[in-house]
Amino acid sequence: MFKTFRPGGIHPSENKLTAGSKIRGLPIPGQVSIPMNQHIGASPKILVEKGDMVKVGQLIAQEEGFISANIHSSVSGKVLKVDAVVDMSGYKRKAITIKVEGDEWLEEIDTSTELVKEISLERHEIVRKINESGIVGMGGATFPSHVKLMLPRGKKAEYLIVNGAECEPYITCDHRLMLEDPESIIEGIKVVMKALGVKKTIIGIEDNKPDAIKILKKLLSKQKKISVGTLKSKYPQGAEKQLIYALTSRVVPSGGLPMDIGVVVLNVGTISSIANIFKTGLPVTERIVTVTGNGVNNPNNLLVRLGTSFEDCVNACDGLKDNVEKIISGGPMMGVAQSNLQATINEGTTAILVLDKKEAKVVHPENCIRCGSCIYACPIGLMPLSIAATADKGDFDLAEKLGAKDCIECGICTYICPSRRSLVQSIRLAKSILNKRRI
Amino acid sequence: MSPIVLYTIISLSATGIAAAIILFVIAQRFKVIEDPRIDMVEEILPGANCGGCGFAGCRNFAEACVSIRDLTRLYCPPGGNETMQEVASALGKEAAEKDPLVAVVRCSGSFAHRERTNNYDGAASCAIASSLYSGDTGCQYGCLGHGDCVRVCEFDAIHMNPETDLPVVTDDKCTACNACVIACPKDIIELRKKNKRDRKIFVSCINQDKGGIAKKSCSVACTGCGKCEKVCPHDAITIENFLAYIDPIKCKLCRKCAPECPTNAILEINFPPRKERVAEIEPEKGAETAVEPIASDKTGAEPKSE
Amino acid sequence: MEGKFRVSSSPHIIAPRSTSQIMRDVFIALLPSAIIGVFMFGTQAFYVLLAATFSAIFTEYAIVKMFKRSGKVSDVSAAVTGLLLGMNLPSTVPLWIPILGSMFAIIIVKQAFGGLGHNFMNPALAGRAFLVACWPARLLGSAFVEARELGSIAVSSTTIDATSYATPLVSLKAGTIILPDSLLSLFIGNVGGCIGDVSSVALLIGGLYLIFKKVITWRIPTIYILTVFVGTFFLDGFSILTSTAHVLAGGLLLGAFFMATDYTTSPITKKGQLIFAFGCGLLTVIIRLYGGYPEGVSYAILLMNIVAPLVERYTRPKIFGEVALNA
Repeated sequence: MFKTFRPGGIHPSENKLTAGSKIRGLPIPGQVSIPMNQHIGASPKILVEKGDMVKVGQLIAQEEGFISANIHSSVSGKVLKVDAVVDMSGYKRKAITIKVEGDEWLEEIDTSTELVKEISLERHEIVRKINESGIVGMGGATFPSHVKLMLPRGKKAEYLIVNGAECEPYITCDHRLMLEDPESIIEGIKVVMKALGVKKTIIGIEDNKPDAIKILKKLLSKQKKISVGTLKSKYPQGAEKQLIYALTSRVVPSGGLPMDIGVVVLNVGTISSIANIFKTGLPVTERIVTVTGNGVNNPNNLLVRLGTSFEDCVNACDGLKDNVEKIISGGPMMGVAQSNLQATINEGTTAILVLDKKEAKVVHPENCIRCGSCIYACPIGLMPLSIAATADKGDFDLAEKLGAKDCIECGICTYICPSRRSLVQSIRLAKSILNKRRI
Repeated sequence: MSPIVLYTIISLSATGIAAAIILFVIAQRFKVIEDPRIDMVEEILPGANCGGCGFAGCRNFAEACVSIRDLTRLYCPPGGNETMQEVASALGKEAAEKDPLVAVVRCSGSFAHRERTNNYDGAASCAIASSLYSGDTGCQYGCLGHGDCVRVCEFDAIHMNPETDLPVVTDDKCTACNACVIACPKDIIELRKKNKRDRKIFVSCINQDKGGIAKKSCSVACTGCGKCEKVCPHDAITIENFLAYIDPIKCKLCRKCAPECPTNAILEINFPPRKERVAEIEPEKGAETAVEPIASDKTGAEPKSE
Repeated sequence: MEGKFRVSSSPHIIAPRSTSQIMRDVFIALLPSAIIGVFMFGTQAFYVLLAATFSAIFTEYAIVKMFKRSGKVSDVSAAVTGLLLGMNLPSTVPLWIPILGSMFAIIIVKQAFGGLGHNFMNPALAGRAFLVACWPARLLGSAFVEARELGSIAVSSTTIDATSYATPLVSLKAGTIILPDSLLSLFIGNVGGCIGDVSSVALLIGGLYLIFKKVITWRIPTIYILTVFVGTFFLDGFSILTSTAHVLAGGLLLGAFFMATDYTTSPITKKGQLIFAFGCGLLTVIIRLYGGYPEGVSYAILLMNIVAPLVERYTRPKIFGEVALNA
């Protein structure tokens, strides 16, 4: 039996079209637009102006506030404009647009491919370096990583959990990373383990990626502190709380953080980027993006500079088919639908999913028949139908009592509902209104 | 009478009396003493429980009226000044006079004016749609058209115009209870001073993009060109973030600004026809047209008060 | 930009199973039992089922059209209600009885409360209860005829004295001694009774099909049947044979698999379902052994339907992480 979480969960058809295709480097695009709100938290202070020349790795925006992150240029060239640009959400947000000229890197960046075997830095120095490099969670949540590594006073981390579950259908970027660069993940784990002072690390991988499990197990055969946990392929196995429960049987308290029970969770992509910082000194300038779905001609895993537009990525995969219905940034369960291809890749963009008419069915909600599917599938043990019903009536107090704030918005309830009701959408609305109230 | 019937009557009566006594004792024991004036004030109030006063319902408002010393801080929007005067005289307190207000929808971006850039397919709620993305047109400020404002209106005063997909306020029914203003996630609806004959002049746009971008996404967007600001003799128009705003208090309804607007973003409603301009555009219609041509598609469903 | 993309909030994919498919599965699961019923009782039974089903569909269609309801008739739920009602009737009833029952079930019990998913008790059962209350003579007692011998696999002996006691349950109530042979005929369906509940084996096949298709879970049927078995064992003579006969006879299997599991009128929480099924079982036993009617399934389920919301309210599932916070 593989490890898994309780309760609930579903297993949608995986559709990992690109599991077998190697990561392909995308040529540097002509222009990039680096969004300033690519992470959760406060937006950083912009350091460059129109007309400035920047180099790869140069700091272009500095963090402001505790939960915030530095942003570095991913290309070299001239700053075209610092202005509001339509981003993933469809709203115009501050972004720095750079016209690419050549590929000049900052001098202090070491471009050799030697791996650092031993890290001589102290704990706080490691955290500071990660902080400076502005790494945020690359699994999609984009939470600044250094905040996770700064342990609150009096708390001690016992476990580092590395998230390689990749439970969303279609997405394969973490899978390919584990296959093609497992060493960097292990190096990254060692760095983070030192920073946190933890003795135990578990890499959680779903059993639908046996090749990745095999490679990592082989590399870790002599390691005692790092192990690989094989997880059952089930959505949302990669959700933080579910992953922790599956691997350690610890329960994150409602409204709490993993830190409360001595666990830190980082995505494999984040870990690999952390390794790269200590290897080369280069902050995050590129990431792996899965361009997939039946609406794209040649699904692929691409290594893309941050700020590249979706359009460039899609074109690199031989463009779109005619019957395209939806463009999604991220996976089909939690991704954000796009109204055009103007948005750009940020650190949290795991995939560009192009669904055709058959995949993205148009559905019409019917009466709830109280079948209970949503209750049995909810990974948090909520009663989505009741919360959605109260939210639709505007009774947000009752929705809160029923646990609306505990919802992780995984979308299972809407996915499973035979009456095609927009359950998670209503709960999301209730959550946002409740959160606003708290402030 | 047979004994069974007799026993039945006796036992049922006894049970009834016993229950009555228990009920009476409990009612006495747990009696809530309330100020009778609360009921009196509640009688006066409209009883719509709209929440426009800031309280959960009319009863809560009535309680507040009775308990508060200074009545001028409370106001019942649907009841208006009349109701407040009545409440004040009943309680022997002073009430504040307020200008009557009316809700105004500040978006003219109908299908014809705003190109749809994508097809929204989700729950038909503005709140849900706006938490997802900017909307199905190029304008991220404009009306989403799912009618959250219509649903919250307790007075049947706001409706969607199926032709334009924009909400239309029926001035006679609107009580300025503020419910639609709160419901609109885009903050399009504004409460403005109610003028004579329901006349109003306002900038029917809240697009804060630069002129070119705004114009590109919607042909009736305010570009922030400032022509209206220059022509206004009462200093009522200000431009901020590429958007003009007409102060309803300062505005004297002189109508100088509307013809200046290059995008017809300023609406003037319920005014008599403008002679020279109407003659230019529609000479044969003349006095029939009560509103500006551009305004007519927005106010088409609105009953004309004149 | 080429074309317009569709935008909606996540998730962007949906499970293949729809409400109509669930209802279709229930309908399919009912068919074996209905076919055996028709085979046992002849064409009259077929007409009863047909009348019940089509009048339900037609009534639903008329209501939806008349009041411009959002529901659609294609979701098969009306057909299921009609068929269930028909299967709960004896084959000797005149055809206006199932038609009236279906109309009552759809108009009063289902649509008057808001249509699919809003009814507070099972429409088919409420329809039957209505018919029993209005025309008891046509639905009870002498209305039942003995089923034909089941062709080649006919059971050797006619077991229960069918001339004086129409249904096995009545004979159970009268204290007839149960023989193993009679159990076999109960199992196959070679007995008197309603159209749909004569053959235990057909009902079991249908029920297992529903569990296999994940339309229903094991909880309600298992607990319900177990409660009846244990209850009758202790309260009706400590005889395994009698208890088995109680399980196989009458509408228990039909009720346990198809009517107590009705989504709308049973609790949705797992714990609630256990309590609900236990309550159904207990009430069935009490009505069968001590009540005025020989059969208690329909009233037991109807009564539990009414308490279902209450049960549900007190059996809310634990939220993940909730306990840890309180501890």
